[in-house]
Amino acid sequence: MSLLEIENLSIRYGDTAVVDGLDFELDHGESVGLVGESGSGKSQTAMAILGLLPRHAHISGSIRFDDTELVGATKETLNRFRAQRIGIVFQDPMQALNPYLRVGRQLREILVQHNLAEGSDVDARVIEMLGRVGLPDAERQFRSYPHQLSGGMRQRVMLASALIAEPDLLIADEPTTALDVTVQAQILELLEDVRDNTTLLLITHDLGIVAGYCERMLVLEKGRLVDSGATTSLFASPGHAHTRLLLAAAPRIDRADIPTPATGATILGIESAEVSYAERGRERLQAVHDVSLSLRDGETVAVVGESGSGKSSFVRALLGLVPMQSGRVVYAGAPLQGPVDRRSKAQRRDLQLVFQDPVTALNPQLRVHSIIDESLLVHEPQLSGGTRLERVIEALEQVGLDAGYLRRYPHELSGGQAQRVAIARALILEPKVLICDEAVAALDGSVREQVLALLRRVQAETGLAIIFISHDLAVVRAISHRVLVMYLGRLIELADNATLFARPRHPYTRALIDAVPVPDPVVAPNTAPLQGEVPSLLNPPSGCVFHPRCDHAIDVCANKLPVARTINGSRVACHRADELELGR
Amino acid sequence: MSFFRNRAISVSGGIILATAVVALFGPWISPNDYISTDFDRLLLAPTTTGGHFFGTDDLGRDLFVRTMLGIRVTLLVAIVASFVSLIIGVTYGAVAGFVGGRVDAAMMRFVDTLYALPFIFFVILLMVAFERNFLLIFIAIGAVNWLDMARIVRGQTLSLKEREFVAAARLTGVSTGRIIFRHIAPNLIGIVVVYLTLTIPQAILVESLLSFLGLGVQEPRTSLGALVNAGVNLMEGASWTLLIPAGLLAMLLMSFNFLGDGLRDYFDARHSS
Repeated sequence: MSLLEIENLSIRYGDTAVVDGLDFELDHGESVGLVGESGSGKSQTAMAILGLLPRHAHISGSIRFDDTELVGATKETLNRFRAQRIGIVFQDPMQALNPYLRVGRQLREILVQHNLAEGSDVDARVIEMLGRVGLPDAERQFRSYPHQLSGGMRQRVMLASALIAEPDLLIADEPTTALDVTVQAQILELLEDVRDNTTLLLITHDLGIVAGYCERMLVLEKGRLVDSGATTSLFASPGHAHTRLLLAAAPRIDRADIPTPATGATILGIESAEVSYAERGRERLQAVHDVSLSLRDGETVAVVGESGSGKSSFVRALLGLVPMQSGRVVYAGAPLQGPVDRRSKAQRRDLQLVFQDPVTALNPQLRVHSIIDESLLVHEPQLSGGTRLERVIEALEQVGLDAGYLRRYPHELSGGQAQRVAIARALILEPKVLICDEAVAALDGSVREQVLALLRRVQAETGLAIIFISHDLAVVRAISHRVLVMYLGRLIELADNATLFARPRHPYTRALIDAVPVPDPVVAPNTAPLQGEVPSLLNPPSGCVFHPRCDHAIDVCANKLPVARTINGSRVACHRADELELGR
Repeated sequence: MSFFRNRAISVSGGIILATAVVALFGPWISPNDYISTDFDRLLLAPTTTGGHFFGTDDLGRDLFVRTMLGIRVTLLVAIVASFVSLIIGVTYGAVAGFVGGRVDAAMMRFVDTLYALPFIFFVILLMVAFERNFLLIFIAIGAVNWLDMARIVRGQTLSLKEREFVAAARLTGVSTGRIIFRHIAPNLIGIVVVYLTLTIPQAILVESLLSFLGLGVQEPRTSLGALVNAGVNLMEGASWTLLIPAGLLAMLLMSFNFLGDGLRDYFDARHSS
């Protein structure tokens, strides 16, 4: 008999069905991945199982958990099942934990509420659980507030709270999406270790995670189950077109068509950039320290690193959006100085930025036409309205949209369409350098592939140079000519794509590459991910900033800051760069 | 979503509009005026004879016309006060928020100082220093009402300034003036309109309070607050002198509040999905 049986489940809001006739079963002890793009109904299904859908949701069909019907069940029944029989881990642990209660108290609550332990047993079990999820010094963390923990530690606490009542089913809804890639690898390994025989329903958009950690997978498209089966067989021979589409859109870090190196003339150079922010009552926060980079015509340089690496500060400083304390930016042979408002119009025109979140980057009060037209209005005011309209339509067509979008407001666009509008706004000025700050991070796989293809095409046609900031190394591998790796505001390694991925010279680069899940069940997941988390910029480690997390650290690493040097064409900042053999 | 399909907006807006129209034209069709006394008809209960729909007061004056007059004054106060708060408050707040830094700090400390003045003392002082004057009420209410507006607009401007679409405009080379008028101002409209409809009932309440205390509109002119004040003294035996103006005041206040709520929902729904 199955643990969970879902039959003909439908969830509607008004006239819109977000889940439409869903059927599936979960057996005891198995791990199942629920995948699909945004809006496919993954999270809604999880919420329905937990009875957490909002009141105005209309739900029909049947969800039987261990032979108890959960659709239409009373609050008391649902409460008995939640936490005790079904555990949940949400995407954002900061929102799922109560900021006013100590961690220990929140976990105690679960045991006490369900009468699972009494007296001093309660605290002992909570501390034991915190230890099991890998919280160092669990007794101290028992008394911590959520804000005192790092993102990864908070997600460990979430996992502890989901598992402390020893549920039969654990639902993890995008449990690592908000985390850095190295921490993601840690949490996924931990999840696999601590769940024992608990059935796992893992909701994710990342096929790499499914390939590594799920025995079976269910593919959702627009609220319908379109494909299901063993992970290995679905990856080998996907049954449905949508599964094929998802697989095709999942970039693989272990093999990719690497772009051939660019040979154009150097167009942009940044020398020894230093960026720091004033912190009230504290020392200045050093966000970028001595980073140099040059860019050729028609070249894509990726800037990668985890949160706090300073990659966004670096490009914002070169654009003049934040002040650069020292260092030089040279564009087309002439220095670029000062804040963006003091730069000449021509200089501003040539360097354009595409933001991560198209929703905040587009003025909600303006229509698509006005948004794109404004660029022209500023730089080519002599053009007539008709000419400008033609150019705007051309720009929309260049990014795969058409004149039908001119009258729309940003909120009437999907995420992918909005990002294309943002790209069109930048490209209509025919810039020489386009800076993409996590420009594809918020997009679904298939849309991301379209946007990347668009960037490649424009580059081939116009010789555009691109700085591509990303935390996703698999995407970086597929699009960039060269890669700059940053950590805590410092240059770690700068090398061309083929060299960096095949033979990284810095242990951090190696760890980053290893942390990326590969969407192929044949490739075993990384069972020994990089430990620890990115330290605070306010209190960086001595010597080499990476040494506390580094497996290869020696005495000198803790005392002396490594200077970047050139080895076989790669810039690398590691004391042991020439002796370590990190290629695979 | 259509503007008028919002129930809160259409119902409360309709009530306010209807009240204003009746207050404007009602006195014309009434055979009575607001000042004539009729000692044969003191404290007459509401009746249709002689057009005394709301009865008469203790001096035999027609209360229908006086109430309509009161509504006019009350609505006028509301409009003037919100206009003052709109002009001064929005400009002041937008400048403080956009310029930022020390200018912002200085401007906002000035607002804090004005906040710290005890309002009723302030008004009494004005009344003592100058003649009791209709205009003084407007000045007093206006002087206080723009403070909230300035704070709200400043806060909103500060957050809008940091939004990425403003950064995108700066990168493109859009001028500061154009950024303010094309990118910041339109995004302020929603909150300003909503807040405006919420300051109106505040202004009405303040005027009523002043009139109730005898500091507001002076006899023989009147306002809803002054009528309530008069009604309180007569409510034993002539409850209509209190209930009618008080009921109308409550209705107007609630309508403005609902209108504000409706507008907020409308603007929220329009530009976020």
